[in-house]
Amino acid sequence: MTERNLDAKLLWRKTTNLVMLSLTGLCALVAVSALFFILGYLVYHGGKDISWNFFTKLPTPVGESGGGMANAIVGSGKILFLAALIGVPIGLLGGVYLAEFGGSTVPFVVRYTADLLNGVPSIVIGIFAYTVAVMPVHHFSTLAGGLALGIMMIPIVLRSTEEYLHGVPSSMREAAMALGASKWRTISSVVLPAASRAIMSAVLLSLARVAGETAPLLFTAFGNRFWSPGWQQPTASLPVMIYTYAVGPYEDWHEQAWAAGLVLLSLVLLINILVRTIMSRGMSAQRSQ
Amino acid sequence: MATAHTTVPPAGLTWGPRALVRRLRSGDEIARLVTLVFALLTVVITAMLVYQLWILSALARHKFGWHFLVAQDWDPVFNKFGALPFVYGTLVTSAVGLFVAVPLGLGAAIFLAELAPRRFSDALTFLIDLLAAVPSVIYGLLGVFILVPLMRSEVQPALKHTLGFLPLFQGPAYGIGFLTAGLVLAIMIVPFIISVSREVLLAVPQDQREAALGLGATKWESTWKTVVPYARTGIMGSIFLALARALGETMAVTMVIGNNPRISASLLGPGYSIASVLANEFTEATGNLYLSALVELGLVLFLLTFVLNGLARLLILVTTQRGSGVG
Amino acid sequence: MTQTSARPAFSKLVPRVPATPETLVKSQPSASAAPGLRMQVRNMNFYYGKVQALHNINLNIATNRVTALIGPSGCGKSTLLRTLNRMYETVRNTRLEGEVLLDNEDILSQDVTRLRRRVGMVFQKPNPFPKSIFENVAYGLRINGLPANQTGRMADAVERSLVRAALWEEVKDQLHKSAYALSGGQQQRLCIARALAVDPEVLLLDEPCSALDPVNTAKVEELLFHLKENCTLVIVTHNMQQAARVSDSTAFVLTGEVIEFSPTPQLFTTPSDPRTEAYITGRFG
Repeated sequence: MTERNLDAKLLWRKTTNLVMLSLTGLCALVAVSALFFILGYLVYHGGKDISWNFFTKLPTPVGESGGGMANAIVGSGKILFLAALIGVPIGLLGGVYLAEFGGSTVPFVVRYTADLLNGVPSIVIGIFAYTVAVMPVHHFSTLAGGLALGIMMIPIVLRSTEEYLHGVPSSMREAAMALGASKWRTISSVVLPAASRAIMSAVLLSLARVAGETAPLLFTAFGNRFWSPGWQQPTASLPVMIYTYAVGPYEDWHEQAWAAGLVLLSLVLLINILVRTIMSRGMSAQRSQ
Repeated sequence: MATAHTTVPPAGLTWGPRALVRRLRSGDEIARLVTLVFALLTVVITAMLVYQLWILSALARHKFGWHFLVAQDWDPVFNKFGALPFVYGTLVTSAVGLFVAVPLGLGAAIFLAELAPRRFSDALTFLIDLLAAVPSVIYGLLGVFILVPLMRSEVQPALKHTLGFLPLFQGPAYGIGFLTAGLVLAIMIVPFIISVSREVLLAVPQDQREAALGLGATKWESTWKTVVPYARTGIMGSIFLALARALGETMAVTMVIGNNPRISASLLGPGYSIASVLANEFTEATGNLYLSALVELGLVLFLLTFVLNGLARLLILVTTQRGSGVG
Repeated sequence: MTQTSARPAFSKLVPRVPATPETLVKSQPSASAAPGLRMQVRNMNFYYGKVQALHNINLNIATNRVTALIGPSGCGKSTLLRTLNRMYETVRNTRLEGEVLLDNEDILSQDVTRLRRRVGMVFQKPNPFPKSIFENVAYGLRINGLPANQTGRMADAVERSLVRAALWEEVKDQLHKSAYALSGGQQQRLCIARALAVDPEVLLLDEPCSALDPVNTAKVEELLFHLKENCTLVIVTHNMQQAARVSDSTAFVLTGEVIEFSPTPQLFTTPSDPRTEAYITGRFG
């Protein structure tokens, strides 16, 4: 290793250093700009088609301009309501069991299956909901759509509830127990309230996540060009509407798809931003105490 | 019990064995059982899911056996069902997605963990987490109207011009196809690779970096030859997670892959994936065998992601344990 | 290079009993022949953000001698050590004013990777890479560009470094085992071997024995005596007896200032500053 040799090497090493480090910066830039790119395009294409009608009118027949997606918005709302009705109790109470009562075998099995369920592709969940809620009654329904999305919510709510309950300091439990509170009283009056904000956030995030799901609704809630009264009939939903309109052949469908995309994305991002900001603030407040 | 009676204080006090029994009967034991039932519901639902997939695919499984996976024809009219074009499409689009997403995601994760100041890095990670929250149908929408025309008029002709001698880049430029679907998948899975890899890199002990720098390594050398190898298993885990997601991704792929059950060497050609054929044909499935074949496709997809997710979790677990054990 | 052969050299140079001022007077090490200065710190101030951590430091580090930095924890001795190879730069928002010279050249104007190759470092906790023993030692050579095809030269260099770090006999049959399989003391000597492989002119040791048991501490201390034959050593320690045993000169650092810097025996027997005296007689720290 002569000095000159080293000099040449060093120049090469320093160049590599500079080039590779710049490239990593470029990668981060590309990834982050993808978000603004997506948002920008949706605002550009969808912004002009959003009007009062979009939120209040039914879709018009092909060829007529105007119309809106009021039925899809209400349909999505109903499906999400059902999903929460299924996902929140199972996830929440199951999470309480894992964090507060669990032995060793049952929590292991539950955790394992929850992680497994979390990884199941959403379209497969759709097949399952179809086989249990559509096949027996021979028609698509809001109920089946809610079931599909509800199943998807379970593992998210379950694991985050468990995690946040574990985060509650055991000194709080001991304080309540020392005052003579039963275990259940301790959990319901001290532990759950202490973690309630975090759990609420997790529920909201999981709702935002399933709100954009399309695949499990294709053959459960199906779609509907009109209002869908009650819970037993097929219903329109925003994501399925975006899909149908985007792959359809009509120009004004495409415009409506952009508008619906903008509404859906804004909703999902808004929930995410709100919840994550509140959460991170809560975290830093706790840390600084 | 007789001895117990002598030590038990007079009734009315809220402690002692008898009160304990009462408490168990009244509240705690019930609470334990109720929450246990809800916890087990998760297991029951998952078990039912597997059972339904298994039972409903029985017809196709018995009729085609293992041949199902290697048969190339998919013709519902003549009751010929072969899964190979869909398996092929799923694997090829995921491979293209990983090919683009792994370097991009790892690069970005290195930047966020090793170079960017912590606050800046947190802000960027926040944005990248938002990217992960974008619904897949939105990616499909942008894919159909932005990426497909761009691929057709600019990217694919350029690829054919420069790399056209490879079988990978031959044939007409439709815009849709394996390559486009792979690129959409890449953007969708990049956030997962970035956030998990960044966490794993941040968990590498600082003394590893100092040891390398202390020997005269440049920043890049310390990162690439010390920090990244240290976090290797966890990064692999993040890639497997991303792959599992890519395999099961439905809407965005369905909208740009071309929906044509064909096996072509060219990435420019149209294809089909397991998830997209389910999305397109499930509601139209007439006849029990057709439905059964589709459910069997669902079963294949389920098993693929099941294995990958299991591997991914194992790898991440190994890394985190080593990080805390030896550190 | 076994322990028994090293013993006589060890006991010739230092008292075997814990150093007290009395024993130190009797065994004056011969640091009289004035050697050259390998490193000089001149009027150096150092800041973490707005907080000044080091105040007007002046320090001469003699060639092929052991210089010890002692002081209570948090006094800035580790920071001072980290200015000598610019390791402080891994922390953001740090600023160094003044001069640090290596062979009369300002280290701030040098290439940092080359500087760190010349000024090696061993850390408080053993920090081997999760690679084989061989690869740990070879790491510095590889990144500094010893071609991979010269396997013979690489093997020689690795053996030489392990011998110098008094680890060769213990690991020569398991060079391809993971470094994590070694004991803590062996890991620390492996880290020393790793630093020695690139032939540094100066070796900085940041409390190298604080995570080791007495037996391994003795081994590392022995090692330092052999190393200083062709390497300049700077060691940070919170253990005064260790400083007295191993060093030729000692600097006492307190709240970011060098209070006193003199030949080790003098500092421990006739300190000129009352604060030094207070520290070495155990009134604080």
